Amino acid sequence: MTHIEPLQTALVHRILNGQGKAPASERQSAFSNIGLSGPVAKLVEKVVDDPAAVTDDDIDATKATGLTEDQVFELIVCAAVGQATRHYDAAMTAVAAATKGN
Amino acid sequence: MRLQVLDKGHGFGTKVLFALIRTASRQPVLDVVKLVRYRSDFYGGPMSEITQEAMRGPSSWSVGDRELMAACVAKANHCEFCTKAHAAVATRAYGDNKKVSQALSNPDTAGVGEPLRTTLILLRTLTRNQIVNAGDIREVLNAGATPQQVKDALAIYYSFEIISRLADAFGFSVPSHEAFEAGAKYLLARGYR
Repeated sequence: MTHIEPLQTALVHRILNGQGKAPASERQSAFSNIGLSGPVAKLVEKVVDDPAAVTDDDIDATKATGLTEDQVFELIVCAAVGQATRHYDAAMTAVAAATKGN
Repeated sequence: MRLQVLDKGHGFGTKVLFALIRTASRQPVLDVVKLVRYRSDFYGGPMSEITQEAMRGPSSWSVGDRELMAACVAKANHCEFCTKAHAAVATRAYGDNKKVSQALSNPDTAGVGEPLRTTLILLRTLTRNQIVNAGDIREVLNAGATPQQVKDALAIYYSFEIISRLADAFGFSVPSHEAFEAGAKYLLARGYR
């Protein structure tokens, strides 16, 4: 019986609240896909909606705003984990609804 | 790899490890390994724990079933690297290339038996549409899956929804068939830690 919830919580806590090169507020924005602007917003949007559409130019434009590669790395990770977390949580809610009363 | 730090920014000990991997496997180090080994306290360490639990932890799904589910999620996300990597592991685990290729081509008509077939369809729907409802879940339960099997499958979805997004965003190179085979052999023997 797979039990990932505590491990999932640990991952999310680490990337959002642990030490990072990007400010915690920006990591939270990338995770939530809310409150970003400019090239980093475009990059995060692609990671969330269509990661295969990410290009070298998207990365270069984000770095040109002054972000380091380590910061870009962290923000992309946060965006991917945030999107997966939202979908997983919604699917688990659907499981609870489907099995309610059983 | 689009970020130089992920390609060449590892510490000395990790670079030594990569050299050993290249020597032992006679293949390049896969980009997914470079990702999880870069600043592993941030992402790779905690993510590997999740993937190990989902793919090798206790479950009534076999290792082959779980690897096929991972490949199915990756395929629905159009991630060539992850699809080929986990199709190779599933093929090795089942000892059946036709079963894996048919399931990935069209889960609806795949001869994989129930409840695996309907579970693969659920994962494809969730990955493509980014949402499933209670009715979708009931279809899998009616096909014979237990609630725990559905939850186990969703844990695999979680892991590979993240990994396949990162593979595409970071621009993983898609290596040769032989490199995927070497990776599959390692993952079957050692798992994801």
